[in-house]
Amino acid sequence: MEKRATFGSWWIGIAFAVPQVILIFTFFYWPAGEAIYWSLTLQQPWGGGNIWVGLDNFRQILDDPIYWASVLRSVVFAVASTGLAMGGALILAVFVDRECTGSRLYRVVLIWPYGIAAPALGLAFRFLMAPEAGFLAFLNQIAPGLWDPGLNGTDAMIEIIVAFSWKYVGYDFIFFLSALQAIPRAQIEAAALDGAGWLRRLRDIQLPLLTPTVFFLLVIDLTESFQDSFGIVDIMTAGGPARATELMVYKIYFDGFRGFDYSGAAAQSIILMVLIMLLTVLQFRFIERRVHYK
Amino acid sequence: MIERTPILNLVTQLVLFVGLVVALAPFVFVAIAATHDLRDVNLVPMPLLPGHNFIDNLATAWHRAGLGPKLVNSLIFAGGVAIGKVVVSAFTAYAIVFFRFPGRQLLFWSIFVTLMLPLEVRIVPTYAVAANVLGPYQAILDITGITSLVEALSGIRLDLQFGLLNSYPGLILPLVATATGTFLYRQFFLTLPDELVEAAKMDGAGPIRFFFDIVLPLSRNNIAALATIMFLWAWNQYLWPLLVTTEPEHATAVTALKSLIPNEGGIPEWNVAMAGTLIVMLPTLIVVIVMQRWFVRGLIASEK
Amino acid sequence: MAEISLRHVAKSYGRTPVVHAIDLEVAAGEFIVILGPSGCGKSTLLRMIAGLEAITAGEIAIGGRVVNDLEPRERGCAMVFQNYALYPHMTVADNIGYALKVAGVAKAERLARIEKVADALGLRDLLGRRPAQLSGGQRQRVAMGRAMIREPAVFLFDEPLSNLDAELRVRMRVEIRKLHDRLGATSIFVTHDQVEAMTLADRIVVLHGGRVEQIGTPYAIYHQPASHFVAGFIGSPAMNRLDGRVGPAATVVFADGTTIAVPDLDLPEGQAVTLGIRPEDLRVGSEAPEDGIRHRLAIDFVEHLGPAALVHGRFAGHDFVASVPRHIAFTVVEGLTFTMPVETMHLFDSTTGRRIGIDAARE
Repeated sequence: MEKRATFGSWWIGIAFAVPQVILIFTFFYWPAGEAIYWSLTLQQPWGGGNIWVGLDNFRQILDDPIYWASVLRSVVFAVASTGLAMGGALILAVFVDRECTGSRLYRVVLIWPYGIAAPALGLAFRFLMAPEAGFLAFLNQIAPGLWDPGLNGTDAMIEIIVAFSWKYVGYDFIFFLSALQAIPRAQIEAAALDGAGWLRRLRDIQLPLLTPTVFFLLVIDLTESFQDSFGIVDIMTAGGPARATELMVYKIYFDGFRGFDYSGAAAQSIILMVLIMLLTVLQFRFIERRVHYK
Repeated sequence: MIERTPILNLVTQLVLFVGLVVALAPFVFVAIAATHDLRDVNLVPMPLLPGHNFIDNLATAWHRAGLGPKLVNSLIFAGGVAIGKVVVSAFTAYAIVFFRFPGRQLLFWSIFVTLMLPLEVRIVPTYAVAANVLGPYQAILDITGITSLVEALSGIRLDLQFGLLNSYPGLILPLVATATGTFLYRQFFLTLPDELVEAAKMDGAGPIRFFFDIVLPLSRNNIAALATIMFLWAWNQYLWPLLVTTEPEHATAVTALKSLIPNEGGIPEWNVAMAGTLIVMLPTLIVVIVMQRWFVRGLIASEK
Repeated sequence: MAEISLRHVAKSYGRTPVVHAIDLEVAAGEFIVILGPSGCGKSTLLRMIAGLEAITAGEIAIGGRVVNDLEPRERGCAMVFQNYALYPHMTVADNIGYALKVAGVAKAERLARIEKVADALGLRDLLGRRPAQLSGGQRQRVAMGRAMIREPAVFLFDEPLSNLDAELRVRMRVEIRKLHDRLGATSIFVTHDQVEAMTLADRIVVLHGGRVEQIGTPYAIYHQPASHFVAGFIGSPAMNRLDGRVGPAATVVFADGTTIAVPDLDLPEGQAVTLGIRPEDLRVGSEAPEDGIRHRLAIDFVEHLGPAALVHGRFAGHDFVASVPRHIAFTVVEGLTFTMPVETMHLFDSTTGRRIGIDAARE
């Protein structure tokens, strides 16, 4: 889409764009470029020269079973938390959309979780799900040792998945509900006159029309699970126990800033960048298709 | 529409009520835990009647994590990001939509790409830039040979140094350097009728006047929406503030939470930890509640 | 007050021409209406005069000054837009006064002038409102006020009445003409509505496919349409146009054998021509002169409009309409008798579409 009426003095237009250009050059393109450069060299921490090593850094990482374990964990985390968040949000949105008594209240309260900082809810859930105090501790009174995210890797993984999903149910809910409400009422009324009951209308009309939103949220949630998870992991488990919750971004941070392996961290960043870009491109292809839909 | 669906209505109410409980329970649990003393908070199950130590716990958490100055830092940080985004994005979107200049498409796409790569994945080199924000420009001077040229001519070795670590600009600027807001504005600007521009031209207004007299006032809703989501987003940032602020007096409230985690084997002061959590989550919760309308609108508009 | 002259003004988008070299001289104080169907380039022409569109070739002069490269604000024109283009966040007063504010006019003077304009347009009580709180007619007036306050030498109107309901449109039409007469500025008014054009204009410019079909007074445009297109476009119901060929002895012969005498016709036999006659120019029923050549229209259906009835039927192999005044009786079964007065006939060259001057020979 383009405007017909524009201003002729184009240098003023460029002047308006200058602040953003300086910012994205300095804080986006330069670092992104540098990440590529570093991933191809061996960096001394805190500047101290570098040696060109080509793809060695990548080779080293891709040969490292610890790295692959973190990739696998990230995928498990991403799929589980995205599924949980989207499923829960879809059910809630569908019911709120029925506009029964109290739907206004639900509409307001159900999005609160998204406003909470990941580390804050991380700390809250760490307490809620602590083995010796809080909400889940009763499990250990029934059967001692049944629940201990501090020692059991699976428990720790469950813990961060639950915390992350709780936040993103609120987010997905906003989008599902607004998509549901954007469906013209006439379509639903037409279906009702055709004799379709609520469940049938949901299945035949509303859910198919939600597919674009499902795809959109799928990509957003997966992307966010790579980045927004950092605060939750750092506060709840610090990657432990025994690396059981060391997700990709956490490993980048840990290798780069704790291990001072800039080159390794840069190479991992590049891989993650490519991954996220692929997801975004996928989403774009879909959005483009959606335009034809209309 | 008249529908008699008593069972479905019951199911609806039941599901939604469960959802409400799940959404609210953590808030309630945190708030109650923050009122207990050390013994009560560690009881299993934890008593659900509030205790009497609320104020004490708040005070302890406040002092232990140094929340006073850190909340101020957070406020400046999140406010700075929100204002920066609102201003810079509006400028850029205005340039993209209302002008035709050479390289406009290139600009559009180069901004668009920034949507794809969040700060978290390019964190290491961005940190290096923040350590010396003039580094990129020094490198350009070095590579193009200007440094050696100047050195040969004047004997002065150019060495551009300007660190942003432990400073507000260091916290704020990298977070402003993405495209979220630009596209929000762009979508809105494209809905403004062409005749508005033409009427302004007939009235004798140039591009700068048109921006400040017409476009900005009409963007009020977008500004409110963008400012809300950007404030929340920045307030909730964790990794970047953690890296950029190495000195405690520059840290933000969210990163301060780390100091409240009870140590393994230490005293399990969950009551204090929860009091701190409550203090940190309260500002954003209030923003969400007060600005709900803008928050929802901004999210939906900026992501689509 | 300023005269406007367009010399070979043309516009194309890329390689697609939308306006072909147009020449037009507008006298100072004249009211010109540019009339044409949608997509004929009339709005583009207006916007080129305003300076909102660059011209591809030619020259535009306002008040003797060539303005090709001048910005809109430097041309001394004011414009009323089709959708009014009011600034939604400003009050009526601020909307009207914005041009003065941009020009740096002191506040006191600005207010005085806003009030003067508001009084002239009956907007006095609405000055504090925003556009969203106004009715369509009120918005239209504000748009007029915004143009008037600058006391421009030239008023440009881009279909300003098309968003109003029928009744309001008639009222605003009268007001616009009155305003023009009072202010004495040169006005150029774009519309696709022939009634607006006929009632408002000193002269009408009929535009078709980016070319001028005819420039003339409403009277001339109606009575002596210069082309097949103008003949069909002006007048409601449209002129009956019958395609035929020149026959022997000053006649036009049609495919079904019908022959109509056209005295003074001096064209080579066999040439394709179109004979035109307006439904209201026919002499029908009891008013058809006994000594004339009487035709009969087989009636398909009748539209009763009140003052007259429109009778649709077939004649000479074409759909044909006759306007029958209400005092003349007829029945569908019997059909309608009519004659075609020679002085109201129009003849066009079917190939070029241009008028053939039978009337010129007659006059």
